[in-house]
Amino acid sequence: MTNSIEEFEQADCIFIIGSNTSVAHPLIATRIYRAKKNGAKIIVADPRKVHISEIADIYVRQNMGTDVALLNGIMNVILSNGWHDQAFIDERTEEFEQFKKVVEAYPPEKAAEVCGVSAEDIRLIAECYGKAEKASIVYCMGITQHTTGVDNVKSLANLAMLTGSLGKESSGVNPLRGQNNVQGACDMGGLPNVLTAYQPVTSPAASEKFAKAWGVEKLSQKVGLTIPGMLEGLENDTVKALFVLGENPVVSDPDVHHVKKALEKAELLVVQDIFFTATAELADVVLPGVSFAEKDGTFSNTERRVSRVRRAVEPIGESRQDWQIIQDISNRFGYPMNYASPEDIFNEMTLLTPSYAGINYPRLEGDGIQWPCPTAEHPGTRFLHKDKIARGKGLFHAVGFLPPAEIIDQQYPFWLSTGRVFAHYHTGTMTRNSPTLDAEIAEGFLELNVDDAEKINVSNGEWVTISSRRGSIDVKAMLTKRIAQGSVFMPFHFIESCANILTNPAHDPICKIPELKVCAVNVVKRPLPA
Amino acid sequence: MDYRTVLTTCTYCGCGCNFFLEVLDGKAIGTIPCKTSPVNEGKLCIKGWNVHEFIHNEKRLKRPLLRKNGRLEEVSWDEALDYTAARLKEIKEKSGPDSIGFLTSAKVTNEENYILQKFARAGVNTNNVDHCARL
Ligand code: SF4
Repeated sequence: MTNSIEEFEQADCIFIIGSNTSVAHPLIATRIYRAKKNGAKIIVADPRKVHISEIADIYVRQNMGTDVALLNGIMNVILSNGWHDQAFIDERTEEFEQFKKVVEAYPPEKAAEVCGVSAEDIRLIAECYGKAEKASIVYCMGITQHTTGVDNVKSLANLAMLTGSLGKESSGVNPLRGQNNVQGACDMGGLPNVLTAYQPVTSPAASEKFAKAWGVEKLSQKVGLTIPGMLEGLENDTVKALFVLGENPVVSDPDVHHVKKALEKAELLVVQDIFFTATAELADVVLPGVSFAEKDGTFSNTERRVSRVRRAVEPIGESRQDWQIIQDISNRFGYPMNYASPEDIFNEMTLLTPSYAGINYPRLEGDGIQWPCPTAEHPGTRFLHKDKIARGKGLFHAVGFLPPAEIIDQQYPFWLSTGRVFAHYHTGTMTRNSPTLDAEIAEGFLELNVDDAEKINVSNGEWVTISSRRGSIDVKAMLTKRIAQGSVFMPFHFIESCANILTNPAHDPICKIPELKVCAVNVVKRPLPA
Repeated sequence: MDYRTVLTTCTYCGCGCNFFLEVLDGKAIGTIPCKTSPVNEGKLCIKGWNVHEFIHNEKRLKRPLLRKNGRLEEVSWDEALDYTAARLKEIKEKSGPDSIGFLTSAKVTNEENYILQKFARAGVNTNNVDHCARL
């Protein structure tokens, strides 16, 4: 996030798009409720009438996968009414003219045809966001899990730059990270193209610095494979081994049948986890690590705050510290490591990671620290892009609308979207093993619009069969008006009714994020067993 | 009876709420939200309030497993670690460093992410490192 969580409270306008905030990020929703009480206007745009839309001043339901059209429509209105911040654009951004040309092609009436939101509502949003002094955007996977995910994010950045709503208290673009340490995993170089703090693997200087610190002659400067790339590699035999730490791609990744097939082809699949997950079932070696309650370390939250995790109980059974397992393997492999503790690892990391350079465990006592924190005296950073945009000048991107990879047709007439429910987390390995949470919601379901249900003659709680080009599953229907006619929604936490058997692995060409938020399916009443 | 509270950070969503884990005789039995935390100011959601429940669940993995004759069997740590390291080495020698991939995790700590990508990059010499950030 460019801002801090607490800053939401002082915003004048919060535009929530593609985020089921009160379910996926409850404690951020709390701040948004307070902002509302302080007089902020709340705008929610989501194909599902998500819970937080109940406090919205403006709620709109865009068609699935049409965010760019909606956003361009909004920006068109802002420009034609002169609500943009020309001084900010001139001083701090580039490529405005090209962007403007594209946006001019999206008058609200035309945008409305594509996104299904009325021209009137588009004007209302533009006015509300465009005129606000401190305007903040909140988004989540509803924006990113599309083949046009990068376009969607660029459009939101365009919107913020257009109105100068960036680099100020309570104004910015705030992606909410889905899992607790996504931010940290990225910061630590858990990506194929960058080392820690986003230092490119292709940079000779970075590569040399790390090679020296790590005591090796040289590091590979070739960008590595993403998850879809590794799966493809397994299938065509160029990848032979996969080491999986604490992930469960057999439930979380799109087109599960295909994922399973790829993993089965691995000559060596190593899974290090705390439960026997569906992915562990396929493994050659399963290594029991420990849960957060049994370990020391740090997490970095969605507002870039680094906080301590502290060991409270002893490891269960013979399970071992995850860092020790990796160190032991590395030593046996022939690359010596000899850390004494997580703190030891952290201290080495900060020497190589400019944005964490000033952080150490003693300084994390108390409230934690928000990076960038370059020196031991630096207090940390509440909001990014103050005075100057990080890359120098903010770049406008001319982004046109592209439809989702898979479009509904006669055979698959419903749009399917996937997401979370309040009591569960990700693939459910932890929450479904917690009795209280399991009691809240014990099984998967399909949200189906009441009118659609009538058409296919299904009543609440009845079993339906839902199928896509990739597979089919049976699940109970939950009738609701939360979802629009022609669309259905399913949580992805439940392996017995695994939504990702259906989803489309087509991914964004740049960031490779799969299109989990839209695919075409058919829904019928489950035929009685013969 | 030994009762302690340990300040820590929630393992679920990206809010990163802080709470005290209540520990009675070595078992996590509850959570108390941290009032001074700038993130959650003394509040938690239903997942945070119940986060202690999975920790001692009997289904937790307790011993390493190794596939022998098609079945996963319990083995000693030495056997599991020796096997893993030896196979990784063999595969690297036979098919090259880029034939090995690593998934780090948005659910483990910064230190664990760092050490795994270091092993991949410095030990194995591949940049095939990714995690489920996109999911
Ligand atoms: S308590 Fe709830 S809101 Fe806070 S980090 Fe945990 S899951 Fe997220």
